[in-house]
Amino acid sequence: MSEPRSSWPLYEVFVRGKRGLNHVHVGSLHAPDDEMALRNARDLYTRRNEGVSIWVVPAAAITASSPDEKDPFFAPSGDKVYRHPTFYAIPEDVPHL
Amino acid sequence: MDEELQREFDRVVAAEQRIEPRDWMPEGYRRTLIRQIAQHAHSEIIGMQPEGNWITRAPSLRRKAILLAKVQDEAGHGLYLYAATETLGADREDLTQKLINGRQKYSSIFNYPTLSFADVGVIGWLVDGAAICNQVPLCRTSYGPYARAMIRVCKEESFHQRQGYELLMTMMRGTEAQRRQVQDAVDRWWWPSLMMFGPPDDASSNTEQSMAWRIKRHTNDELRQKFVDMSVPQADKLGVTLPDPELRWNAERGHHDFGTPDWDEFWRVVKGDGPCNAQRVAHRRKSHDDGAWVREAATAHAAKRAAKESAA
Repeated sequence: MSEPRSSWPLYEVFVRGKRGLNHVHVGSLHAPDDEMALRNARDLYTRRNEGVSIWVVPAAAITASSPDEKDPFFAPSGDKVYRHPTFYAIPEDVPHL
Repeated sequence: MDEELQREFDRVVAAEQRIEPRDWMPEGYRRTLIRQIAQHAHSEIIGMQPEGNWITRAPSLRRKAILLAKVQDEAGHGLYLYAATETLGADREDLTQKLINGRQKYSSIFNYPTLSFADVGVIGWLVDGAAICNQVPLCRTSYGPYARAMIRVCKEESFHQRQGYELLMTMMRGTEAQRRQVQDAVDRWWWPSLMMFGPPDDASSNTEQSMAWRIKRHTNDELRQKFVDMSVPQADKLGVTLPDPELRWNAERGHHDFGTPDWDEFWRVVKGDGPCNAQRVAHRRKSHDDGAWVREAATAHAAKRAAKESAA
């Protein structure tokens, strides 16, 4: 009896839509190894010229922030309005600013 | 604590934001989604069979290439959706086992046979057309990975529907026998297509909760009405008759009135007694079993390479 297919590791797939854009997460798939993951990703996620470059990453290799600590984790950026250009009042007749 | 999490979940859903995989969600929401998305994935996978039936007998290389691309898309749609179920903690192999053991369902439409090449066109036009009606609102469903999968699916379904309608237009310009084939296929697929939206609202047990969770955005009857209204002018243009003597425009409602599908037949097919239920599942089981050696070989190859690399 063969191993169930789910014993193939899960890969997350990222595709660069065209030159000049970031790779964007498009979904996931299972594959026995990195090379098959890449080929399967091509067949599954770029059947209509959706990409010029693909990354596959073992899902187990991704470290993610936890949703439970969402508020405290992002709190440091929450109270720093002075990081935004709109924080600064500039007279309207000052050009190019 | 749970109350607080529930409140946050309700707030996100009510604000038309998306629930994402690692968010807290009610168990019922998770279960409903796994059931619905898996059933949807199974439908795509089983849906390869009725049309796959015609790949080797397509009348031209052009039609064969189109049909191959379409059936490959169905496989892709199934995989996008299985991937979405996995973000909820489901196991793909387990879902496949449930499908081939008959413990999970797929859309009953695929339990009808494809008797002529015109069926390929009518499936594209009506079956994929009905699927689009169902699926477009799902692009805004509350669960993020499901909504994103549906956006990809909907983009591709548009090709499916248009190739079907074009195929039928071509046949309608052909011989009298070809026109009869098209009408015959429309006669057989019209009512099952209407049944694709599920039972009437008063008999649909899951609708209310799914609407509250914003998994579902419209009721079965609303979507069915929309589909009928869309299909009537398309049928006119094609030159076929939809097999419903009660079908007529109702100016007061601004919609078409139409007859009642045979819900006894619907429930019979759902419960397993359709023309092709046994054949579809048996074929899926066989192809899964026949592919076992490929899965084993790929796993063995990966293990061998990994061993070589760690030795080097």
